[in-house]
Amino acid sequence: MERVATGTGAGVSETTVYDDQIVKMFFTATTVWALVGMLVGVIIALQLAWWPANLGLPWTTFGRLRPLHTNAVIFAFAGNVCFTGIYHSTQRLLKTRMYSDRLSRVHFWGWQSIIVAAAITLPLGMTQSKEYAELIWPIDVAITLVWVAFGVNFFGTLARRKVKHLYVAIWFYMSFVITIAVLHIVNSLVIPATLFRSYPIYAGLTDALVQWWYGHNAVGFFLTTPFLGLMYYYLPRAAQRPVYSYRLSIVHFWGLVFLYIWAGPHHLLYSALPDWAQTVGMVFSIMLLAPSWGGMLNGLLTLRGAWDRVRTDPILKFMVVAVSFYGMSTFEGPMMSIRAVNSLAHYTNWVIGHVHSGALGWVGMISFGMMYWMIQDIWKRKLAHPSWATHHFWLATIGIVLYTVAMWAAGLMEGLQWRALNDAGRLAHPIFLDITTRLEPFLWLRLLGGTLYLIGAIMMAVNFWQTIRGPERPADAAAVPAAA
Amino acid sequence: MSEGTEAKSEAKYGRFHRRFFEGRAGVFAVATTIAISIGGIVEILPMYTVESLAWERADWITPYTPLEVAGRDIYVREGCYLCHSQMVRPMRAEMLRYGPWTRAAEYQYDRPFLLGSRRLGPDLQRVGGKYPDAWHYEHMRDPRSTSPGSVMPPYSWLIDAKYDTDDVTASVAALARVGTPYAATDAASVASDLRRQGDQIIGSLATAGITAEWDDEIVAMIAYLQRLGVEGRAHLEAEGGQR
Repeated sequence: MERVATGTGAGVSETTVYDDQIVKMFFTATTVWALVGMLVGVIIALQLAWWPANLGLPWTTFGRLRPLHTNAVIFAFAGNVCFTGIYHSTQRLLKTRMYSDRLSRVHFWGWQSIIVAAAITLPLGMTQSKEYAELIWPIDVAITLVWVAFGVNFFGTLARRKVKHLYVAIWFYMSFVITIAVLHIVNSLVIPATLFRSYPIYAGLTDALVQWWYGHNAVGFFLTTPFLGLMYYYLPRAAQRPVYSYRLSIVHFWGLVFLYIWAGPHHLLYSALPDWAQTVGMVFSIMLLAPSWGGMLNGLLTLRGAWDRVRTDPILKFMVVAVSFYGMSTFEGPMMSIRAVNSLAHYTNWVIGHVHSGALGWVGMISFGMMYWMIQDIWKRKLAHPSWATHHFWLATIGIVLYTVAMWAAGLMEGLQWRALNDAGRLAHPIFLDITTRLEPFLWLRLLGGTLYLIGAIMMAVNFWQTIRGPERPADAAAVPAAA
Repeated sequence: MSEGTEAKSEAKYGRFHRRFFEGRAGVFAVATTIAISIGGIVEILPMYTVESLAWERADWITPYTPLEVAGRDIYVREGCYLCHSQMVRPMRAEMLRYGPWTRAAEYQYDRPFLLGSRRLGPDLQRVGGKYPDAWHYEHMRDPRSTSPGSVMPPYSWLIDAKYDTDDVTASVAALARVGTPYAATDAASVASDLRRQGDQIIGSLATAGITAEWDDEIVAMIAYLQRLGVEGRAHLEAEGGQR
């Protein structure tokens, strides 16, 4: 196998033609699923503020649509974003075409079929109930097979790369491929009862521990490491600056992948799980702050000398805010893992706010930034409406702020009122429902924030549609600046 | 990414790291796999070895009856756990509100676990016995009839729909296969057990003027809710009322 780098130019070398068709396919799927996932999010936000929106039908109640929302945004939107970026950047970083076009298509159509199957089964109430692992066991089997196809394709590409050194982004992609396989298989071990129902081989708190080992690392290795990989490739390209520190990327990569796995038990603080396990989960969650901020700093400092362009370039705006939200939510998370803080935050809207500052702020914004950059590269077209990208940015940012502020306020209020005692040592708010009904204004405010975010995403989709349908831009303008 | 960065880092940090890890995909993948495996092994394995599972075993908790299994499956199907937790935490306010904090043993037959992650409604781990059967019936039919201002959607279809006896038999058999100690898992035993417990509940509903049949989904749901936390509370209070 030839392992010699062939040329240094961006794009296509003499001998290699990249498979950009698969990138376009994943890109299109991402755009569609983003709208679906976020729309379902807005619907269930409405249901919490105004219960008649459950429509009185089994298939449209909050309890069935909420898993549809989480699965759609995590596996359909975020999943397809990762694959878009990985198929695009891996070929360019390794200066070779993907190992197998056929496996790429198996991956694409397999993954989209799984999403469609999820969208059918979840509203029918077919679920395993484990958060982000709800899908019934036959779909879990399909996920495993598709993931193996992806893994073989990815590592096959690595094996025939024409650049010996593996760039940072590739490390993060590798950790994504490996860890998700391990997590998915271990957490999905069940005994089927029927085609649609199964029971886990783990019981009680052991089941809870396995699930939150999975659940927390779904956040870590599905919503964090692949997106850090995307950041390491697309932020330097958009900013036209080299990554700030190679040494920092080594330290924070190994720190992150080693520490993340331990943090799961912070979802089970104050449960009857053995104290040592809870404490280990808490301590590692706090330590996780260091490698997380290592990534944030490496991202932000990559922009040194390019900050003036943040003022005018919406792509950099998205990326800067994404990395900032990454830093914020990876600060908030460790804080919420401290027992004393967790006793207040757990089971409240604060957790929902935290999740969304990560999901809308980090995952969403870095994805939008990447997509606005990439569409111009792979379709060789200028954006149909450049100013819409800026409008999208501001709608999304304001939407996130409204969302998280509403959830912080709601979470603190309910957390404090659940625990408040009066002078006689009795509950100050003995009727639980009284506290829930006080949440209503915050739930409307959250709905407003989410709706603004969705409107921004719709503008993006229209913009993409008109860009792809529009004329190809002249060749001279197509010259994408080479990586710095 | 750039040749410049690579050359700079090589000069600065030596060639070993670059050659040994970042130049060899196989080595890098193995190292990554080791790094991501340690935490999970250290945390999960002791639950089976060091603690020998004794920490979550106790004979004062019995397995779910077939009717309760049917109810639990409906609870999972409707996503009740997304708004209702099942974990009373060892804090004064929680114990005043819900009862004794939840011990590990109380979950020993929970497959899957249903601790939940959000309390939009109250915790249900000790809801058993708190309200009469008829209250649950009315609450499912129209939550606002029993709880004015509630944001819970109505679950009136549980009143019309019937669970499938064969389906419950399959569930009980699968639960037995993963280790739940059931005396009998054959279709006839499961069906007669469903009928026996179902008849008790429709009897109690009848005293409130509600007509239901033993295989209505609502009956299974009530059976499940009414057993939640009851055995644990009785044991813990008998043990000396430690809350």
